[in-house]
This record gives sequence, structure tokens and C-alpha cells, in this order.
Amino acid sequence: MDGEQTIRLEVPVLTRVEGEGALDLNIKDKKIESLALRIYEPPRYFEKFLEGRSVDELPEMVARICGICPVAYQMSAVLAVESLFEGEVTPWVAQMRRLFYCGEWIQSHSLHIHLLAAPDFLGHPHAISMASEYPDEVRRGLRLQGLGNQIIALLGGRSVHPVGARVGGFHRAPSKSEVAQLLVEAKSAVVDAEALLRWLVTIELPQEEQNFVSVALSEPDAYPVMGRQIVSDNGLDLPIEQFEQRFEELQVPHSTAFHALLDGEPYLVGPLARLNINNNKLHSKVKVLCGELGVRFPSRNMFDSIVARGVELLQMIRESVVLLEQYQRPSQPWSEFSPKAGVAFGATCAPRGMLWHRYQLDAEGKIQSAQIVPPTSQNQARIEADLYYSLNQFGLDRSQEAIKLHGEQVIRNYDPCISCATHFLDLRMKQV
Amino acid sequence: MSRPTVAIHKFSSCDGCQLAFLNMGEGLIELAARVEIIHFAEAGMVDPDTTVDIAFIEGSVTTAEDELRIQQIRAHSGLLITIGACATSGGIQALRNLQEEDWCSSLYATPDTIASLATSRAITEYVDVDLELWGCPVRSEQLLAVLSDLLHGVMPGKLSGVMQEPLCQSCKRNQQVCTLVSLGKPCLGPVTRGGCGAICPRLGRDCYGCSGPLKKPNSESIERCFEGLGLLPEEISRRFKMIHSIHYQGEQ
Repeated sequence: MDGEQTIRLEVPVLTRVEGEGALDLNIKDKKIESLALRIYEPPRYFEKFLEGRSVDELPEMVARICGICPVAYQMSAVLAVESLFEGEVTPWVAQMRRLFYCGEWIQSHSLHIHLLAAPDFLGHPHAISMASEYPDEVRRGLRLQGLGNQIIALLGGRSVHPVGARVGGFHRAPSKSEVAQLLVEAKSAVVDAEALLRWLVTIELPQEEQNFVSVALSEPDAYPVMGRQIVSDNGLDLPIEQFEQRFEELQVPHSTAFHALLDGEPYLVGPLARLNINNNKLHSKVKVLCGELGVRFPSRNMFDSIVARGVELLQMIRESVVLLEQYQRPSQPWSEFSPKAGVAFGATCAPRGMLWHRYQLDAEGKIQSAQIVPPTSQNQARIEADLYYSLNQFGLDRSQEAIKLHGEQVIRNYDPCISCATHFLDLRMKQV
Repeated sequence: MSRPTVAIHKFSSCDGCQLAFLNMGEGLIELAARVEIIHFAEAGMVDPDTTVDIAFIEGSVTTAEDELRIQQIRAHSGLLITIGACATSGGIQALRNLQEEDWCSSLYATPDTIASLATSRAITEYVDVDLELWGCPVRSEQLLAVLSDLLHGVMPGKLSGVMQEPLCQSCKRNQQVCTLVSLGKPCLGPVTRGGCGAICPRLGRDCYGCSGPLKKPNSESIERCFEGLGLLPEEISRRFKMIHSIHYQGEQ
């Protein structure tokens, strides 16, 4: 009464995200009374059924957590095991893992830019509709996505749940002729990826500065893909083994995925966070193009995430070209590792952010307990903080439809992978 | 059939089988011109309740809400086609069906807020399924073959021929060195559906059965074979209980 107005907005199924989530929003008198990114995708209990399995089964099993980023899961897992066991990977394996990972970023970023995020900014409900107005752009995006898939398949046999990775390296080294064929495509993709970035900067994005902490892994002389240090733009520099000292996971009633906090506060992982911290580590030609286009990082605008994905996509294609050009077939594509009991930690940068694994292993290399912290659960608290801020900036007196669309756009900036996020349980309460 | 209507529904899964649509490349645009996609949330189309000619189901049933939802989908779908391991057999998350402990209540601090059944079950355990497409993940080629048949007015076979024969046949046609006999690795090829192109043996490794068990797998024989390779009973059991935990064992 008295002009008091309550708006209850439910978005029961968030579209163009991976997995099942919803947004619940109550607005009273132009103030947000409650807001929840509700994640209802049921848990799949991976951490539980990994117990008793051999580390040799890990790459196959953890891949099934996520069809969009199986490489990330496989790499975090094998790096964890190798950091504990006795043995050493060859430089060839390290290079090929980077190439494998390049493929996943190319595939995932391209999929997100074209099929999930861009329709929002171009006034289309989905990419199929967008393709009628932007046929060349959508086709170029699908080609880039296809290249990413081919790179994964070169080493993994297929792109979804690839079968090539193992502790110590890869099951098989590709032949030089297979590599030569892919190199031709990768080189022509540089042109496509540059054109993509030029196109992305022409898209009008909301301008909205926010304060948040960016978190990513760090590699000494490379753009971060795999690494042993966690860094932030707020001075954090933490070995991955000490993750639990500063990061904390909490169960909240409206989500089957845990919320993660750094020193009690929300934080950001993903392309924008990586680029905010590591923009000086980009390939020189990527830097030149960014300069020419006026693309500047760090950025405090979450809507720049789509541009950040474009920059990373070009970076990964350039890196792929170099790795494919330098390719030599090794005599042995893996090295032996001998088991050792203890706690193993591994972390890598999945396309949508840091993915941290911890395994307790016995002397035979069997898993006694597992803990996996995926990027989307880390971003959940940040997404809610962002929604709260961004919807207020946007204007709570706008139409329900406009508020709904804006809320969805905010959420899609994070490329949430809800399938990943809900497959985990906090095992700290049961660790002995 | 003129421009059939299609829905793609997700249940408990990794989303990887939906990628068999999203990874079609330019074929995806062509597909969208030949069929009318009514519901596909990940791609941005949301209309789960409209009647469609063909419904593709990814994922397994793991909540009480899922149990109702699959009935509703069945009621307003012409053909219902399950895609991938989770939908056809319960998937890797069906490993929970094998143990007594309730993982949800033993692990979540407030399990009451988590809607989850104690089991993960295949779609066929709840409703009639017209066609099963096996694989973890299902491949774009499998979907295209089915859609192509339907667009030409042909009812697709219950299973394509290659998926009814053991994976070994693919290896023989590829002239692949046998990972089981020649390399001595515990390969599940003899009891696993073919059709994936035998990608694991092509990489020199043993098949781990992601395309699912044959209709009548001779699992006892392969178990003896694995024993001969020196695998312990517990290792053999793990071999059979992974992607398709509930369908493989010889004792069933």
C-alpha cells in the first residue's frame, strides 16, 4: 500500500549456461529484499566414489564431471598425482599438455562468446537467431570452436572426455603428418581470431565499474594455464598446497554447490581475473593488437569478460601455432611415476577459472579421499554480490523483463558451469 | 515428416552429450533449418512443456522432481531418444547405487536442503524409450544418422549395426594391434559396444567401456582373461564398474 510495491521475480531456468540454475529476486519499494543464485542441479558425489580408485583411473573419472572442460579436470588430477609421486615428466609432455589445454580454452571460449554470451548484447534470444543477422560471425565462431576440438582430439582421440591423458604424459604421440595438417588450420585461425577480437570491441557493452579481487594461478614466464602459485591483484601469493589456509568453502541453503571465500570475502576467477593479473604476459602480437584496438586490462567492468575471452582465445591460438610448429615426435610419450603415500595438490586454470584438487593417496596409489574446488563454486558469492550491485545500478524500477535480462547477462559474464559446481562436497568434515 | 519439432532435455549429467549438438559446427545452423528446436536451455530455447515430435534426453534421474518431469516429457513427446551413458544406464553417478551409505546425509552439513535420491537411474527405468544412443559422450554422427533417417521418413533402427557388435570388430577393420591379446592390457573391447571408432586401442590403450556393455556380454570369459593377466578380483570389479557400473558384471 501507499505506493509500496513488491516485485517477486523468478527466473526458473537460466538459459545459455552449462547446467541447471535459477535466479530468485525479491524487490520491495525499489530495494532488493533478497537475492539468490539458486543452484539446484543435484550433486553427483564424485569425491565419494573416487575413494578406493587407482590414480590410473582418475583421468577417465574426473573428466565426467564436466563435458565442457574435461581437459582441466584431467590436468589438475594428473599434476596433483605427479607432484607427490617419484618421477619427472619430459619437456615434451609439458609442452603437449599446454597444447591440449589451449584446445580446451579455444573450444570453450568460442562456445561461450558465440553460443552463450553474444546474443545478449546483439538483441537475439539465441545464436541460431543471431546467425540470421550475423551469419559470418557465427560461422567463424563455430569454426574456431571446431579448431579447439581438433586440438584436443589430436592428443586425446576425441574432444569430449578425451582418452589420451595419463599420469606421466600421454598414451600416444601424434604423428608429424597429423600435426602438420592441424598446423595449417591453426595458422588460418589466427586470422579468424584477430577478426573476432576486432568484432568484439565494436559490440556496445554496459559500462559499470565495480570493486572485486581477481584471483588466478601464476606461471613464471607464461600466461597462466598450470601453476603452483595462487596470486591476486590484492597481494596474495600462495602455494597451492596452502589453499585451505586462506580460502574457505561454505554450504548455503539455496545451492547444491559450495560458496568459496578468500579471507572471508567473495573473489573472482576466470578470464577477466587472469587477464587483470597477467596482461603483461600476453604474446607480443596480441599486445600490439590490443593496443591498436584500445583494449585495456586490468578492467573493473565485468561486462569486459567477453572481450577478455576474445583476447585469451587469440593468445591460445598463437601459442598453439608455435607448439605445433616446434613439434617433434618423442620416443616415449610418457614417463614412469612410482607411487608414494601422502597428500597431493594440483591446480590449473580451467577456461572459467582456477580448478583446485587435493587427494589423499596411499602407498599403492589408491585414493583415500578427494576434494575438488571448481571455478563456478568459487565465483558464486561474487556473482551474487555483482547482481546486487549491478541491478541497483541498472534501476530496480525498470520492467521485470528488463531486470530479468540484465540479471541473466550479469550471470553469463561468469560463464558459470553449474554441472561442475555441484559435483562436489566438502570433505573437510570427514577427514581424519 | 516436414520440419519436425525437437526438444533437448537435461537431467543429471556433465552436459557433454548436449555438446554433440553444439559441436556440430556449421552443421548446427543447417540442423536448425531442417528441424525446429523448441527447447534446448543451454542454447537459449526454453519451452519444456510444448508437444514435440522428437525429445532427446541427456542425463539420469536422481531427484524426486526428475521422476515427475520425465513422465511429463514422455506424455508430450512423439519419439523419446536417450543420449549418452547417464540417460541410457545411469552413468558414472550410478556408482552410488552400489553402496549402502547415504552419501548426501553423511557429507552435507544440512542435507535437508539437498534434493537428491539415493540412486541414479536410467530413463528407461521410468518411461518407455524409443531409441537409445549409447556413448560417453554420444557423438554428433550418431545424432545426425538418427535425424537424417527421421527427416527421410525412415524409423531409425533400435541400434545401428556397429553398436550391436563388439568394439573388437572396429579394431579388426582398422587393422589395429590387439590391446588385449598382443599388448596384454585389460581391454573391455570384447564386451563393449562398437561405434566409437575404437579410439582407445588406436591410442595403444585398453578400452574402458564408455560405450556401454553389449546386450549379452560374455563377461565371465573376459573376467577369466583378466585374471590370467594378473588382475586381482577387486581390480576386475573396478574395471566393470565405472562409466556403466550397473550393467556390465557377469554375475547379472
